[in-house]
Amino acid sequence: MDREERNKKYNLYVSSKSPKSREWPNLLYAFLIGGLICCFGQAITDTLQIWFPAMSETELGAWTLTVIIFITCILTGIGVFDDIAKFAGAGTIVPITGFANSICSSAMEFRREGIIFGMCVKMFVVAGPVIVCGIVSSILVGVIYLIL
Amino acid sequence: MKLNRLGESTIIFRNKPKIVSRYAIVGKKEGEGPLGSYFDEIIKDDLFGQKTYEIAEREILQKAIEGAIKKGNINFADIDFMIGGDLLNQIISSSFSARHFEKPFIGLYGACSTMSESLAIGAALVDGGYAKKTICSTVSHFATAERQYRFPLELGNQRPPVSQWTVTGAGCTILGSDENSKIYIPMATFGKVTDYGIKDANNMGAAMAPAAANSIIEHFKDTKRKPEDYDLIITGDLGKLGSEILRDLMEYNGYKFTNNYCDCGQIIFARDQKTFQGGSGAGCSASVLNSFILDQMEKGIYNRILFVATGALLSTISTQQGESIPCIAHAIVIEREKEVVNVDNNSNNEYIKRKNGTSKKIKFSK
Amino acid sequence: MLLTYLKVFLTGGIICLIGQILINKTKMTSARILVTFMVAGVLLEGIGVYQYIVDFGKAGATIPIVGFGRTLARGVIKEVSTKGVLGILTGGLTATTAGIAASVIFSFFVALIFRSKTKHS
Repeated sequence: MDREERNKKYNLYVSSKSPKSREWPNLLYAFLIGGLICCFGQAITDTLQIWFPAMSETELGAWTLTVIIFITCILTGIGVFDDIAKFAGAGTIVPITGFANSICSSAMEFRREGIIFGMCVKMFVVAGPVIVCGIVSSILVGVIYLIL
Repeated sequence: MKLNRLGESTIIFRNKPKIVSRYAIVGKKEGEGPLGSYFDEIIKDDLFGQKTYEIAEREILQKAIEGAIKKGNINFADIDFMIGGDLLNQIISSSFSARHFEKPFIGLYGACSTMSESLAIGAALVDGGYAKKTICSTVSHFATAERQYRFPLELGNQRPPVSQWTVTGAGCTILGSDENSKIYIPMATFGKVTDYGIKDANNMGAAMAPAAANSIIEHFKDTKRKPEDYDLIITGDLGKLGSEILRDLMEYNGYKFTNNYCDCGQIIFARDQKTFQGGSGAGCSASVLNSFILDQMEKGIYNRILFVATGALLSTISTQQGESIPCIAHAIVIEREKEVVNVDNNSNNEYIKRKNGTSKKIKFSK
Repeated sequence: MLLTYLKVFLTGGIICLIGQILINKTKMTSARILVTFMVAGVLLEGIGVYQYIVDFGKAGATIPIVGFGRTLARGVIKEVSTKGVLGILTGGLTATTAGIAASVIFSFFVALIFRSKTKHS
């Protein structure tokens, strides 16, 4: 049997034999927890608006993100976040919590290799591409906007 | 010179190098598994009181080697070589602990197949009269493997259902020549690097199963033996999915495994321990061999086994570059000098029998 | 009030649900999910669609990383119209700097205090 053909056949066989993710519980948890995190964010925004009525919408949004990021970092620090994320899946990855957790977990992980070359260098090991791709695509949008 | 070899890749040890001592040490999670009572030592804290996980891994290996020396009442001066390897870059765990023992050191990299590779080389050294005793050892640690091959520990991601859990644990076997021990290694089959084009680094079992099948078939061809000639054929860390694939591949090639086959990765964890496909890592096969399996052999439950540790020879760079995963497996025959009547080997171990239920009936076919 | 929260919950939940479907179907890692949603947010804001989702779902649309991408694109578009060409470079990060700086500084201090722990399940 030709090697490529054999590999192709084997890959097909393996993917039909491999167990798939349990679809429904995963989707349900992601939906519920993702929704709850967003509601929590809305609650922060509403509270801040009552306390500081002068705040603009942009400022409120920034403060809300900051509070959620702060809570995420603390939960990551005490080692609770990954336990929640195991159930929530995309429910914690997709909100800003996932972004903050990826930076915080990388910083903690490589802290043992020193502050500068460990923590500071590796901090963006997961989140780096997010920022890079975000900036590149936003500049693209800006260029198109300028031309139009 | 006479060639001590059978067929293409099986070497014979005519002087029967003996297993004179063994020691297995595992982490907390593994200790809570079904084999917990067989391990010599269970550590409570995965950091093992050290500053980093890398140092902890090193200390665990050192402890296993020291434990084996102590347990077998072995004169440290009789040990001529230390053979071993691990999963970390530049096998730092093994070489750094070799610094502590100050013995001639043979460092190996066979990924998770290191245990059988080190046993084969150790047996050859003892058999050839080059060493009175050799240390064969390997170690793996969940936290160090995770950070080297995967993601930061605290990153909140979900493990895919085909993934396996790297075992925190170390195993050390001391081989010697002129001992009273009844357990010896008569032959070993070195495997060839096999690649069936699996690219998913999470699905190690599927990547390694062809390598295991290859080595086992090679072994049967060289020795003209059949699966029934062994009381137990045990693979290293194929996990649940991988071992089902191996059964299929063997059947496809005309060898049928019955209840005398199982996998270390599959038996080290219980189903409710949420490891998905079971354990993996060099320490998986090493700790299971040096506890449960050799214990069962000493008791006379098994008289002849085929131990096939499997390794995936990938690196993070090859994975990122989208390459498939080459794998290897080395098979070691371990025998016990017969004095008890051979018990019916199909009914002797209920636990392994229970583990062997297959879930999905999909066969590898033409 | 209750209706607002229901809308927030639904919007946020559905965005996360899409993420989970991607994880289940394509074996994407969390980093890839983050990148995809970030870029999706930038592009959706670029073509002017995302504002409608934000108007409907409020925090449900701004808390997910898609909202972060939207802020990025919105910053660029705003500065381009006020400052011109230079706005392409300055706008995005100016608008998102709170989120990025907060993540960096909190992570920095958290990592000074805590170390990563091994998992047990």
